[in-house]
Amino acid sequence: MKKPEDIYAILKERFGEEKVEFKEDVKVVPFIVVAPDAIKEVAKFLRDDDDLDFDYLMCLSGVHYQKDTTLGVTYHINATRKKHSLTLKCIVPEENPHVQSVESIWKTANWHEREAYDMTGIIFDGHPDLRRILCPDDWDGFPLRKDYKVQEYYHGMKVPY
Amino acid sequence: MGLLDKQFENSNIIITSIDNLFNWARLSSLWYMQFGLACCAIEMMAAAASHYDFDRFGIIPRASPRQADVMIVAGTVTIKMGPRIKRLYEQMAEPRYVLSMGSCATCGGPYWEHGYHVLKGVDRVVPVDVYIPGCPPRPEALFEGFLKLHEKIRSESLAKKKTA
Repeated sequence: MKKPEDIYAILKERFGEEKVEFKEDVKVVPFIVVAPDAIKEVAKFLRDDDDLDFDYLMCLSGVHYQKDTTLGVTYHINATRKKHSLTLKCIVPEENPHVQSVESIWKTANWHEREAYDMTGIIFDGHPDLRRILCPDDWDGFPLRKDYKVQEYYHGMKVPY
Repeated sequence: MGLLDKQFENSNIIITSIDNLFNWARLSSLWYMQFGLACCAIEMMAAAASHYDFDRFGIIPRASPRQADVMIVAGTVTIKMGPRIKRLYEQMAEPRYVLSMGSCATCGGPYWEHGYHVLKGVDRVVPVDVYIPGCPPRPEALFEGFLKLHEKIRSESLAKKKTA
């Protein structure tokens, strides 16, 4: 069982400080910010390393941080055998938000990334089937963006009250 | 009703009007389409089960819209579901009736302001005959809705067109 700071020490040694950053002094559990173009290799290492053994992606969520005008992806991962868990975050700009897909590492990510794409518009590079999962395919806009305005009509049906 | 009191004694003849006969037949066997959209469907199932027993009014579920007389829109109609509801309604044979069950189907319910994904009333896609308030309505309220529908059907006539 490893603490987040122990895991960060391992990651820093392997990937360097420009790819991973540790946030300790926060109100939530400590988390590691990973560069969006490094998340796949970091995730693969976290899963395959014998001491870390993160075999379970508990949740993947898309977030819109309105204050910083950025979008983010939060990964909650867990090691069912080693009994430790970790939070990873990726931060991307509002314009052209691209994050590497972790679908090839944890299959759970398939639908979770589709939901994050549907709600916040984050594009997951390398996802095999990135399309909307909850809203209709021809829906306009991304509903969980803070500046989202709902469309007036959808297929002749009035949408607002 | 005027059916039984016009019966001739010791014979099998009943005299009534065609309107009366048709309306009596229609309202006595309202088969509803078997589908539910949200928690209202649970109350609908309770109404159909033995304790409340829809069947004593001749109301039974049918799994096909072609065999159904009435559609109970039991629950939240999402905008993705809206065109499907319309298609199911169009597949039903006339005369057909729609009951809007609960706040969500009637006006969007708790999703009326921030629910971008919810249709604010099923009457935006199909004509509704009876609105049943409640969140969700108890089985008794659903019965009340059906009794209101009975009243509506009883006043119908073949001579005048149905207005819905």
